[in-house]
Amino acid sequence: MSNIPENLRYSKDHEWIAIDGDVATIGITDYAQHSLGDVVYVDLPRVGDKFDTHESFGSVESVKAVSEIFTPLGGEVTEVNDGLNDAPESVNGDPYTAGWMIKMKMANSGEADALLSAAEYEEYLKASE
Amino acid sequence: MSDTELKRTPLNDVHRSLGGKMVDFGGWDMPVQYKAGVIEEHLRCRTRVGLFDVSHMGEIWVKGPGAVGFVNRITTNDVTKLVDGQAHYSTLTNDKGGIVDDLLVYRFGEEKLLLVVNAGTTDKDFAWISSHHSDADNCSIENASARYCQIAIQGPDAVALLQKLTETDLNSISYYHFSEGKVDGVDAILSRTGYTGEDGYEVYADPKFAIQLWNKFLEVGRFGEDDGILPCGLAARNTLRLESAMSLYGHELGDDITPYEANLGWITKLAKGDFIGRQALAEQKEAGVTRKLAGFEMIEPGIARDGFDVYVNDEKCGVVTSGSPAPFLKKNIGLAFLPPAFTTAGQEIKIDIRGRKAAAVVVPTPFYKRQK
Repeated sequence: MSNIPENLRYSKDHEWIAIDGDVATIGITDYAQHSLGDVVYVDLPRVGDKFDTHESFGSVESVKAVSEIFTPLGGEVTEVNDGLNDAPESVNGDPYTAGWMIKMKMANSGEADALLSAAEYEEYLKASE
Repeated sequence: MSDTELKRTPLNDVHRSLGGKMVDFGGWDMPVQYKAGVIEEHLRCRTRVGLFDVSHMGEIWVKGPGAVGFVNRITTNDVTKLVDGQAHYSTLTNDKGGIVDDLLVYRFGEEKLLLVVNAGTTDKDFAWISSHHSDADNCSIENASARYCQIAIQGPDAVALLQKLTETDLNSISYYHFSEGKVDGVDAILSRTGYTGEDGYEVYADPKFAIQLWNKFLEVGRFGEDDGILPCGLAARNTLRLESAMSLYGHELGDDITPYEANLGWITKLAKGDFIGRQALAEQKEAGVTRKLAGFEMIEPGIARDGFDVYVNDEKCGVVTSGSPAPFLKKNIGLAFLPPAFTTAGQEIKIDIRGRKAAAVVVPTPFYKRQK
C-alpha cells in the first residue's frame, strides 16, 4: 500500500503539495515513484520561472521512461531542490522529504482548496486501480 | 493488444509470484523488472549473476543433407565454417540487403542446424524462411519454438553456479560453443552465449522443466542473499545489452537497415557464394554506406531516448536508435545512425531532448567490456 501522509495535499497527477502560508512545496507521491521505478534524472525549472496551473514544469526520468511533472498550482518558483542533481534516487527512497522538487509562491492561495486531501487521494488511487 | 491475447512463457506464474512488473513485449507477457528494480538487477548481473527467462525466443530446426547449403543461402555469415558444437551470430537478409532478423545458428551435425531468432519476429522469420524453401533444398524446416524454454544465466559467477547442476565440463566449452547434457537431471542444450556482455550460458530445455530449472538456479544461486543471484527483467536485459553495444531488432536492426550500416560487416561474408541480398550488399560495400551506427555518451545532463534527433553543426543528421542511463558505467549512453564522417570517436554531437539540444560525444563501442 502506498504511503500517503495525512498532513499533505495531493493532485490527480500524483504530486504532493505542502502548503505553508502562500508557499507550496511540491514533489511526487510514493505511488508515482513506485510506478516510475528507479529515478535516474530529474529535470527542474529555474528559480523565477512562472507557471500557470497544470503546466509541465519538468520531468522525472527512470531507466525506462520519462514522465512530465505538472504544476498543481499557478505561481513563481522560489526554490529548487538542487540535491536531486546528485541524488535523484531520493525521489524513490524519500519522496516526501529529501525528494521534494520545487517551492512556489502561489499566485492565488485559493487554488489550494481544490487539491485533494490524503483521504481523497487514497480513494482516487483505489478507484483508478 | 488485450491481456488475454498475450503469449506466456512457462515461467509466467513464477514471474508474477516474484513481483515481476508485467508488460506486453512483442505480444508476450513478460516481466520488465522484479522487486529489486532494474538498477539492482543490472548491477548484480555485472558483479555476480543474473537469471533471465528468454523462453519467448524462437527456435527453428533445419535438418537434412541440404541444411548447411540452405542456411548459407538465407543468412549472411558463412555456415560452412561452423563445426559440430559451434554457433555463430548471423543475420537473415532480404533482397535489398535489409535485415529481416538477427539470429544464432547452431551446428549440431552436418545435417542438423538450429536457428534461434527473436521472439516478436519468430512467425515473420519462419514465414520468410518457408517462402524461400523448396524440396530442392533437400532439408526440412520446423518451427519448434513451443518445444523449448530458454533460461539465461549470466555474470561472473554464472559458470561456477551452473557447474553445480551439471556433469558437463563447462569450462571446456568455449564462447559461442555448446553441448548437449543434463542440468539438474533434465536434458538440455548448454550454450556459452548471451546478451549481457558477461560470461555465462543459455540453457534450452523442454518447457515442462522450466519451473524446476528456474527454481533450482535461484536456490543454488542463493537468491535473497545480498550477493546471491537475482532474476532480471527485460529492462535490465536491455541496459546490459546496450552497455555492451549489442544490437536489438526494431532499434539498430530492421528491414531497411543493412548489416554494413549496423556495423555487422564482420558477419557478412560476400566471398562465401550467393545468398539472399548479396548483390545489394556487394554494391553497398563498393559504394560505401551513407549512415552508420555509432555509440555516444551525453556530456550535458539529459537522457537520449529512442527516436530523438541528432544534430551536428545545427543540422539534423541522424536519429537515436537506443538510449538509456547505463547503470554500471553511470553515464547516459546511446546508439545512433549518423553519416559516416561523424562516427569518429571524439565527434561532438547534439541530441534534441524534447526541444533542448544537449551536448554528447561519439565514443568507441562497446561502452562496457568485461575484464577477462
